[in-house]
Amino acid sequence: MRAKLSITALGLLTGAAHAQTMDVGIEVPRMSVAEYHRPYIAVWISHPDQKVAANLSVWYQLEAGPEGEGETWLKDMRQWWRRTGRTLDMPVDGVSTATRAPGQYTLTFTSDDPGLKGLKPGEYILHVEASREVGGRELISIPFEWSEDVSTEISETGETELGEIRLSLSPNPN
Amino acid sequence: MKLKQFILAGVAGLVAAQPALAHRMWMLPSTFTLSGDEQWITVDGAISNDLFFPNHVPLNYENITVSSPDGAESAVEDGWVGKYRTTFDVKLDQQGTYKLTENGGTWFARWSENGEPQRRRGSIESFREDGLLDKADLNLSNSKRKVETFVTLGAPSETVFEPKNTGLELQPITHPNDVYEGEEASFAFLLDGEPASGLEIEISKGNDRYRNDAGLITVTTGEDGSFSFTPEEPGRYWLSTGTQAEGSFEGRTISVRNSYVMTIEALPF
Repeated sequence: MRAKLSITALGLLTGAAHAQTMDVGIEVPRMSVAEYHRPYIAVWISHPDQKVAANLSVWYQLEAGPEGEGETWLKDMRQWWRRTGRTLDMPVDGVSTATRAPGQYTLTFTSDDPGLKGLKPGEYILHVEASREVGGRELISIPFEWSEDVSTEISETGETELGEIRLSLSPNPN
Repeated sequence: MKLKQFILAGVAGLVAAQPALAHRMWMLPSTFTLSGDEQWITVDGAISNDLFFPNHVPLNYENITVSSPDGAESAVEDGWVGKYRTTFDVKLDQQGTYKLTENGGTWFARWSENGEPQRRRGSIESFREDGLLDKADLNLSNSKRKVETFVTLGAPSETVFEPKNTGLELQPITHPNDVYEGEEASFAFLLDGEPASGLEIEISKGNDRYRNDAGLITVTTGEDGSFSFTPEEPGRYWLSTGTQAEGSFEGRTISVRNSYVMTIEALPF
């Protein structure tokens, strides 16, 4: 199991003097159920009015399987689907990725990554939404402040489909 | 409650002509919102007492059309008409919103023959062939109805709402596939292309079999033909309206009734 998943570490060299690192920790809980499928998970950032500011990651079945195309169930992450998913041409480079087994994962982004590059200082909400075939659906939303030099560590724990979701922001020393 | 009176009055006036009017017509797709490149839905259509449980008669199969996001219209194929419901499948392979419509309608004629009142129901062509249009005391009325639902693959689109300026037509303010619990949803109606003001819309949530309170909401359209309601719970909702007005046909004054039914889904937040 890869505990750390670096989406991209490029861009730091040419980035602004101050760069931010955003770590999003996602715990996929182990389930004791008769029929288990790995959850679909979407991670995105919105403005306080829910308007999408950045698409960070979507975990889903990229290949067609015995039950049809994997994109069939994307709409079950219904907030993500409503806010952004339905207008995207899937798969999205650097955003679409395969589903993962239960465990702890950390997605690392920097303010120079394509997803975060346009993010102006201000108030935002991090959303993590999980939906599991023959299972439930859960959305965790964490409001946060984004600026060049803010340092934050916030975590929230889901009740059903998500374990601990952790957001940590730290200015890059450079 | 005016709408109910209107429906009851309609039935009383026609006796056994169309007993189904007192029941609820509906079309219910298996899924309203879909993702992917190509998907199928299966659709039930029925006229029933309970929403959405088929328990009376199937919806007319002949007049069902599918309007695609690109504006094309096609008949449904490979459907099946059972005792209580009509079922058909639709393949969705264009991104956007599809409209499913059952276009019903009929004509009624009343006249007298040797002092005996006569009545008939059928097509205007059959009335003409049989010389009914030449009866001196002919009383003609036309009933038009649409039973609709909307299904979206990918992002919602608006092509299928392009008005044809005939009968009652739904105009989205909120897209019918963008309705959520606790959020106000707004729509507007056109009647023959003009804003339909003062229309009474009856709204009922599905699964009424499992509650004592019928839970009907009645709202009225404003000057601009629009109305709003907030689905307090997620689920499938049935909206119904109708209106009766004087019209004309080949120079004679007739009575025209328009009715419209729509099924939508309110998603949980």
